[in-house]
Amino acid sequence: MSTVFIALQANEETRPIIDAIVRDNPAAVVNREPAMVKIDAPGRLTIRRQTVEEELGRAFDLQELQVNLITISGHVDEDEDSFSLYWNS
Amino acid sequence: MQIDLRTVAIEPRRQTFDHLARRFGDKPASRYQEGSYDIQAEENLHYRPTWDPDQEIYDKSITRIVMADWHALKDPRQYYYNTWTVARARQQETTEANFSFVESRGLADSLSEALKATTLKVLAPLRHAAWGANMNNSFICGYGYAAIFTQAAMFQAMDNLGIAQYLSRLGLLLGDTAALEAGKADWLHGAAWQPLRHYVEDTFMVRDPFELFVAQNAALDGLLYPLIYGRIVDDHLSPQGASAVAMLTQFMSDWSVESQKWVDAVLKTAAAESEHNRALLREWAARWSERAASALLPVVGLALGDQASAAVAEEMAAFKARLGKTGIQI
Amino acid sequence: MLGFAALYPTYGLIWKWNKRKENEMDMKADKKKLGLKEKYKLLTRDLGWEPTHHSIDTVFPYVKYEGIKVHDWGKWEDPFRLTMDAYWKYQAEKERKYYAIIDAHAQNNGHLHITDARYLSALKIFLQAISPGEYAAGKGFARLGREFPGVGTRVACQMQAIDEIRHAQTQIHAMSNYNKYYNGFHAFAEARDRMWYCSLPRSFFDDAMSAGPFEFMIAIGFSFEYVLTNLLFVPFMSGAAYNGDMSTVTFGFSAQSDEARHMTLGLECIKFMLEQDPDNLPIVQRWIDKWFWRGFRILGVVGTMMDYMLPKRVMSWREAFEIYGAGNGGALFNDLARYGIRLPLEWNDAVKALDHMTHQLNLGLYQWSFGTAFHTGIPSEEDMAWLTKKYPTTFDKYYRPRWEHIKKLKAAGKPFVNTGLAKLCQVCQIPTPYTEPDDPNTLCLRETEYKGEIYHFCSDGCQRIFNDEPEKYIQAALPMPQLFQAPLNGDIGVWMDWVGLRNGTDNGDYDGSEDQRNFAAWRATATSNQ
Repeated sequence: MSTVFIALQANEETRPIIDAIVRDNPAAVVNREPAMVKIDAPGRLTIRRQTVEEELGRAFDLQELQVNLITISGHVDEDEDSFSLYWNS
Repeated sequence: MQIDLRTVAIEPRRQTFDHLARRFGDKPASRYQEGSYDIQAEENLHYRPTWDPDQEIYDKSITRIVMADWHALKDPRQYYYNTWTVARARQQETTEANFSFVESRGLADSLSEALKATTLKVLAPLRHAAWGANMNNSFICGYGYAAIFTQAAMFQAMDNLGIAQYLSRLGLLLGDTAALEAGKADWLHGAAWQPLRHYVEDTFMVRDPFELFVAQNAALDGLLYPLIYGRIVDDHLSPQGASAVAMLTQFMSDWSVESQKWVDAVLKTAAAESEHNRALLREWAARWSERAASALLPVVGLALGDQASAAVAEEMAAFKARLGKTGIQI
Repeated sequence: MLGFAALYPTYGLIWKWNKRKENEMDMKADKKKLGLKEKYKLLTRDLGWEPTHHSIDTVFPYVKYEGIKVHDWGKWEDPFRLTMDAYWKYQAEKERKYYAIIDAHAQNNGHLHITDARYLSALKIFLQAISPGEYAAGKGFARLGREFPGVGTRVACQMQAIDEIRHAQTQIHAMSNYNKYYNGFHAFAEARDRMWYCSLPRSFFDDAMSAGPFEFMIAIGFSFEYVLTNLLFVPFMSGAAYNGDMSTVTFGFSAQSDEARHMTLGLECIKFMLEQDPDNLPIVQRWIDKWFWRGFRILGVVGTMMDYMLPKRVMSWREAFEIYGAGNGGALFNDLARYGIRLPLEWNDAVKALDHMTHQLNLGLYQWSFGTAFHTGIPSEEDMAWLTKKYPTTFDKYYRPRWEHIKKLKAAGKPFVNTGLAKLCQVCQIPTPYTEPDDPNTLCLRETEYKGEIYHFCSDGCQRIFNDEPEKYIQAALPMPQLFQAPLNGDIGVWMDWVGLRNGTDNGDYDGSEDQRNFAAWRATATSNQ
């Protein structure tokens, strides 16, 4: 199965997002690199708005991801409640 | 080791890049200058476009306007990506607050049915005209010459898209998806809208970026915005109790005033360059504005009825006076 | 810089607004509840209409000649559903953060925080060779933002157009402060049009811009964004962070967040073409083959920056390629296999080149450094030990001995300089420094005769690309032959003035350069009370 990934800037704003990703994606592997955090997952990775809101303690619009996003790999499927990366193969 | 580098005074070896020093002298350049001058390739273009081998990849002769230096067309707002985005983000916050205000107080529902109907009849189809403007400004950016001119056209294109989207949200707020459907049907088939749609579709055939600039940004939008947002929304609908509509279209009113500064500066500089340019601009502006006025007349009539002709004639006179200040007498 | 706490009122307001709207709509039976996808459709593609006064073919004249068949533009999927209000909001937030950092960098002598001024060579190449490409990409996307009949497609291209303007400008602004103190940055505009090594990326972007709209999408959306920018902006920028260059890290990461949208657009466009008509497959495959190889050739430069120009390194070019090239690209090709797409033709040549390419290119740059507006240098013992570790099968065997030889020449006061002019590849414009894929001792040279002229190539890939479109590539503006024509007439001094290169300060070995002396002196002032 191909790996999907998302890389976020390493800062205070992304910490709760990363925690939420780890909670929702047990197979995800977190790599901490200079100034960035790259999260790999086999086949699929999903960010759920509700989990981020729980971690963050406030309302969160998934499009806020744009501000600290560095890169992604995989197809994107986004709606109000979740942002997913996936490969079909 | 943490060192305090702030305390070190170092004499810079140079103040700016060579191409800016040639234009303005060796002094610190503004971020607008750094981001706008000479950043497009000029020489040693490798291949001719396969989509039109008569053109170069960057080609001054796509337009009939001739400039010794296209970088003369600077934007008085000094918009580069940062200043433009930050300015629009602020306006966006205000617009969002306005939409929120209108919604939370149920102001849309308190509009009389007649006022709501007139508002939607005039504003809903206009989102398609704004979309046409978007397409045209993307063309001006794509085929115009020199970043200083073309970046402003791209910002204009995105502003046009933003306006089309605000109009859509206004339609959804006042009349849900049915309002947008009715607006589109009017745009496609309603008698009052056909001259305007014809105008817009004809501009799609204009492949001289500067003529298109005149047809879209000077002639059409120079008449459309004052007529729709000034004459109809502010002067006609608001006094009848539709100030909520004015709140929802504040972005368009502010934007129109602001973007005219850019349009006028570009026209003025291009006209001052040569008699050749001035004559061309005069011909384009006269032809397109006359047509824009007659295309807008039935649209204005939807709200103003038999006062529409007078309103259009007055705005046409104002437009001519505005253009006269740029050195283009029509 | 605004934190989330400060932003909360804005985001919170929008969120509440959306919630309120949903509740309100739930209460009213006559109002449909609009999801993000549905709402985005209404706010973008519903804006378009089919013109009736002119035929669709005259309104969109460039969309058919490449042979791509599209039956339904409505099938285009918009992966990131950014309306302009959201775009302005989030981009402005990124911009505020970015300029706060480069302002601080300029005010606090941030340039003295970098590990070593030799690191700046990588930035000089970036400004001369990559930033102009960002601008060109923006121009190209503005054209696509006009020429595609699909509304969703056009909007996505337009957003990319302004993003690319952003990247060119933020890069110039980040480098502006370095330019005030260091050599090699000042003439990037001349270098873009006239410098021999800049014609690599220039020919790449000019090739894309002179292609039709669909091929442009493959060239930029797939090759540049997907294959290149991940390598350029992720491991390289992580390297910039490692080397204390916060202004570059910031533009790099900030730009790359836009690239995430751009890559997705490129990927969507490939899928869209393949799903629209089976006849599109061979055309798309040919473009993937071509642009993979063209992108890989540019990557040689990025790889050399990573392996040789960063004083402290996060990972080698080879390791970066394994993650972002082979890993990420491989995943993409697995995914596209269901449409019948196979790996690019020269994929194996690329894999074979991984252990050689950066070493060969850097040796070339060193010997031609009299003609580069950046410094090169002989790797230190420590650097070579690192290269041995990262390239265990090749560095000691092929490249260390050459550097040892060059070191001896330099110690003897006869530094190795090659003023001879290499054969330029007619397609990628590299001065053919690379060896045969299966024989690291033999230079790889190919030639084709076309209309009585002989054309030279660096590889099978570039030769094939030429043979597919000879009428295009015979037009290439080749910088080496130009040197011998009027007005330069082979005069190196005249050539240097023409490209804006200041002999003795911009070029040559970093060791002994003005940049090196100044950096050391400024740092010494900063760390002592003298």
